[in-house]
Amino acid sequence: MRKIVYPLVATLALAAAFCQATYAQTVDAGGSELVFVTKQMGVPVEGRFERWSAQVALDPRKPEAGQVVLRIQVDSVTFAAPEVTAEAQRPVWLDTARFPQAVFQSTTIKPAGSGRYEMSGKLTLKGQSHDMVVPITLAQNGARGTATGQFTVKRNDFRIGEGEWTDPSLVAPEVQVRFRIALSGLPS
Amino acid sequence: MTAQWPLPATQRYTTTAIAAHWLLALLIALNFVFGLYMHDLPISPQRLKLFNWHKWAGITILTLSTLRLAWRLRHPPPPDLPMPPWQRRGAHAVHGALYVLFFAVPLAGWAYSTASGFPVVWFGVLPLPDWVPVDRGWADALKALHKTLAFALALLVALHVAAALKHHWVDRDGLLQRMRPHRP
Repeated sequence: MRKIVYPLVATLALAAAFCQATYAQTVDAGGSELVFVTKQMGVPVEGRFERWSAQVALDPRKPEAGQVVLRIQVDSVTFAAPEVTAEAQRPVWLDTARFPQAVFQSTTIKPAGSGRYEMSGKLTLKGQSHDMVVPITLAQNGARGTATGQFTVKRNDFRIGEGEWTDPSLVAPEVQVRFRIALSGLPS
Repeated sequence: MTAQWPLPATQRYTTTAIAAHWLLALLIALNFVFGLYMHDLPISPQRLKLFNWHKWAGITILTLSTLRLAWRLRHPPPPDLPMPPWQRRGAHAVHGALYVLFFAVPLAGWAYSTASGFPVVWFGVLPLPDWVPVDRGWADALKALHKTLAFALALLVALHVAAALKHHWVDRDGLLQRMRPHRP
C-alpha cells in the first residue's frame, strides 16, 4: 500500500506545486498593510494587524480560476495607544488567547471592470464564520502589482465587543477594513 | 471702606465679560475635576464617555476663550483699584498667564489626543484637524505637558481666587463687585 501512496502523494504535491507556480504571486510585506477603523462615539480610531500572510494566485486574464487565502495573526493587533492594544486582546473583544488566528478563504473571484474584481469568500474570526464580498482593485505594472480594497465587517456578527460594548452609540457596529497587498510574479 | 452697590458701570467689567468669566470658571473647574478623576480609570464605557466629554468641553473652553479674548481686546477692563504696585503687577501677570493657559491647556490636550491615535471630533459630529503626528513619543510628551499646564492653571486659579478674597475680606475695597453678576 505504501508503495502506491507515497509516489501518489509526491506526484500530487508536485502537480499542486506546478499548478500553483503557474500563477501564484509573492506578497511583499514591506508594501502591504491591513488596517481597520472603528468609530468610538463618532471618533475614527485606527488599528492594524502587524502580522498576516496572504497566498494569492490571481491571473488577471482568468480571474475565475484565482484563489486568495489570508491568514491574520489576530494577536498582532495594534493601536497607537498601548492601553487600547491591550484592551482589544481581551475576551470581550478579539479574545486573542482563544482565537489567535483569523482566516479569509476566497470562494469565487469575478471580474468587475478593468483591474477590478469582486471576491467572495468566508471570513473566520473569533470562532465565527461569515460570507463576505470584498472588492479588489489591482494596479499592475509588469510582474508587480498592488491589490487594494476596503470592505465592512459587522463586529456583532463576530461577537467583537460583547456585553455592555454591544451598544452601537459607544462603538459603531460597522468596522471599515482597508488592505494593500503588494504582489510580484503577476503574469503579464 | 466698602464700595457702594451697584458700582457705576465704568468701574465694572462689561456684562459680557462677567458672563464669560463665570461660565468659563465653571467649565474649567469642572473639566479639571473630570480630568483628575478619569485619567487612570480602567477602560470601560464610562471612561470612553468621560474622555470624550472632557475633550468636547476642552474644545468648548478653547472656543469660548477665543471669543472672550476678542471681546477683552475691544473692551478694556475697568481701571485698577488703588493697591501697592507689586500687587498690581502681580495681578496683571497672573491674568496674562491665565489667558495663555486658557489656550495652552486645551491645545496640549487636543494634540495629546491626536498623537495617541484619537482624532478629536467635537461632540462626535465635527472632526477637528490633526496637527501633530500619531506617535508614541509625542503622545507621552504631550500627556506630560497637558498635565503640567493643567496643574499650573489650577495653581494660578487658586492664587487668583485667594487674591480676590483677600481684597474682599482683608482690604474690603469692593473689588469683587466689579465681577459680580447683576442683581435680578
